[in-house]
Amino acid sequence: MIWDNNFAVSVIPLLLEGLWVTIKITLLGTTLAAALGLFFAILRRLAIPVLSLVVSFFVVFVRGTPLLVQAYCAFFVLPAYGISFDAFTTGVVVIGVNYSAYMAEVYRSGIQGVPKGQWEAATALSLPSVRTWGRIILPQAVRTVVPMLGNYLIQMFKDSAVLSAITVVELMATAQAIGSSSFRYLEPLTLAALLFLAVSYPASRLVNRLERRYAPQH
Amino acid sequence: MSAVIDYAPLLWQGLLTTILVAVLSGALCLVVAFAAGLARLSSHRFISWPAGVFIEVFRGTSLLVQMFWLFFALPFFGIQLHPLTAAVLALGLNEGAYAAEVVRGAIASRAKGQTEACIALGMEPALRLRRIIIPQSIPAMLPPFGNVMVDLLKNTSLVSLVTVADLTFRAQMIRSSTGQTTAIFLTILVLYFVLSYLLTLLTSWLERRFALDRRALAAQRKDSKMMKVGAA
Amino acid sequence: MRPSTEPQPLSAPVDLAPDPIIRFQNVSKNWGSNQVLKSLNFEVAPGEKVSIIGPSGSGKTTILRILMTLETPSEGLVKVDGDTLWDVSPGQKVRETKQMRETRRKIGMVFQQFNLFPHMTAMENIIEAPIHVLGMNKAEAKERAAELLNLVGLGKHMNHTPPQMSGGQQQRVAIARALAMRPKVLLFDEPTSALDPELIGEVLNVIRNLAHTTDMTMLMVTHEMRFAEEISDRVVMFDNGAAVESGPPAQIFKDPQQERTRTFLRAVLQH
Ligand SMILES: Nc1ncnc2c1ncn2[C@@H]1O[C@H](COP(=O)(O)OP(=O)(O)O)[C@@H](O)[C@H]1O
Ligand SMILES: [Mg+2]
Repeated sequence: MIWDNNFAVSVIPLLLEGLWVTIKITLLGTTLAAALGLFFAILRRLAIPVLSLVVSFFVVFVRGTPLLVQAYCAFFVLPAYGISFDAFTTGVVVIGVNYSAYMAEVYRSGIQGVPKGQWEAATALSLPSVRTWGRIILPQAVRTVVPMLGNYLIQMFKDSAVLSAITVVELMATAQAIGSSSFRYLEPLTLAALLFLAVSYPASRLVNRLERRYAPQH
Repeated sequence: MSAVIDYAPLLWQGLLTTILVAVLSGALCLVVAFAAGLARLSSHRFISWPAGVFIEVFRGTSLLVQMFWLFFALPFFGIQLHPLTAAVLALGLNEGAYAAEVVRGAIASRAKGQTEACIALGMEPALRLRRIIIPQSIPAMLPPFGNVMVDLLKNTSLVSLVTVADLTFRAQMIRSSTGQTTAIFLTILVLYFVLSYLLTLLTSWLERRFALDRRALAAQRKDSKMMKVGAA
Repeated sequence: MRPSTEPQPLSAPVDLAPDPIIRFQNVSKNWGSNQVLKSLNFEVAPGEKVSIIGPSGSGKTTILRILMTLETPSEGLVKVDGDTLWDVSPGQKVRETKQMRETRRKIGMVFQQFNLFPHMTAMENIIEAPIHVLGMNKAEAKERAAELLNLVGLGKHMNHTPPQMSGGQQQRVAIARALAMRPKVLLFDEPTSALDPELIGEVLNVIRNLAHTTDMTMLMVTHEMRFAEEISDRVVMFDNGAAVESGPPAQIFKDPQQERTRTFLRAVLQH
């Protein structure tokens, strides 16, 4: 028998634990990415001389380099400067910062999509800028951002497997560990793939539906 | 910095391997993209359905899982792939599945009128696709293709995890033997960044080259030249 | 002669050739519960120039699209130049056949939205199908395309692409493109209604010229009543998926028999 069913069933509980870690990373990472991305987008928009440029470069640089190498940097380089967290936290921060660079772009286009008249109306009403951002611009920008956020959430869910390389014990690392200790890779890897699919496929259907609902109405 | 200089030849080897993997899997990605993307659009269910399953499975699971599966699980079926082969296959199929959606989307969003005009001119489906629909869709495909290719390039770093000696693999090797972590990783970050940047330059050059109105501009230049000759 | 049991087309032109080039026999088209064509009977004689008028949504476009095989009738028989294009019994699933593809070669169509290929020049638009469908050699196709471009008054524009041309110019290229396939029947679906008013004249001139100088059968859906009156041998008034009245333009426009034709003409001629 190529496929050992008993063995497969026996490793499912372990894999589910790994899946749960993957989900936690994804949720925390997305939250971080969404918040940080918004921060970056606003900083860029405010056009503060040096700072906006630095942020812009940071965003482009993060998008132009591999997540795996970024993870290695955080895992191996930062401790040399006395900054060290456990693997899980490092993983969440790395993937959150990585995705914030993409989220910043999403927010940027969302903010750009708000008609110029909205800014002008806010100015005409002498609204203070915090009020303009908070009550006028962002609520409209976020509408277009929501479905994209969903897409990135799913993408992050799959990408988080990369963090197994810095010893985060998520789904992929669990499958690999089972494989190397039992010398049977087929069952754990196949099951891991199916678990990824079982979560991401329905999720992307759901996001598609959201996308249609949140489509710009003008 | 000394480690970087001492180990420059090794890093160079790694860089070449990275480029090799990117080029091979990029080519596979394009083939897969058009094959699966066009199959997905077929009106025959036994062609479009398998393409749909392929696309959803490869997009729905992690690239790393796919790569490990090809490398570690496939031997259980008696197929032992060379690490480079497994890596290129996984990358090409995975990114190809994303790019297939690009192909499908660009073609499906073509104006219905174009197909109708082809039918009115008696053009058969294969001819329509080859001469009209695909050439028209290329400009719309290029920017998302560029994104897929940058993703693919960055994801080549994962091949280091199945023992392909690419840039990331060499960096890890040098790190463990010298301990000069910062310099090594900064160097390869910059190298990857430069490669991605070159890819985006290439994409925007292609975009300009294939823009629908490029021919128009060329024709205009020709016309204005003729006018000058006429005036003289 | 036709057997007398068949429904006679309304005011059939008696002196025309007895065999119609286009024949719709009991053709129906439904979209869900919306019956767009209701057991339509309709004939066009070879060489005849027929204008179809009628309110929006009455099924005019649908007739042309069925002839061009862009739409499948729900039921009925359509013959073109003696060949069967459609023969559909109710509920039958229809597949494209070789016979259909061959028959539709005899038909060309000019679309409301032009549908030129935007990535090709005017010349390339015209030679594309003659070369790749008819197998004409390139030199010959180009020569002929140049003639056609001159015919539509665009001899100087052969290297221009659609985005560089005005709507009127694009539509004239589209007409040349259709002519390059030497169709026996040319269909026009509101060829000027996507155009700015000042560009309508140049397209109508080309069509008028064709109507007067060729023996091609022309079937045109239009809202340009004066133009229809001027160039048509026959005008057919459509309403609610049926031909309610058909006759020589003078009769339809000056002395319509049906109340619905009168109301329609009053509405469109008033503004
Ligand atoms: N693809 C379609 N799906 C559903 N209904 C359609 C479709 N195309 C046309 N119709 C309906 O068929 C009717 C006739 O359409 P059409 O032939 O385009 O009318 P006309 O050209 O006379 O304005 C209209 O009521 C229209 O809504
Ligand atoms: Mg119409």
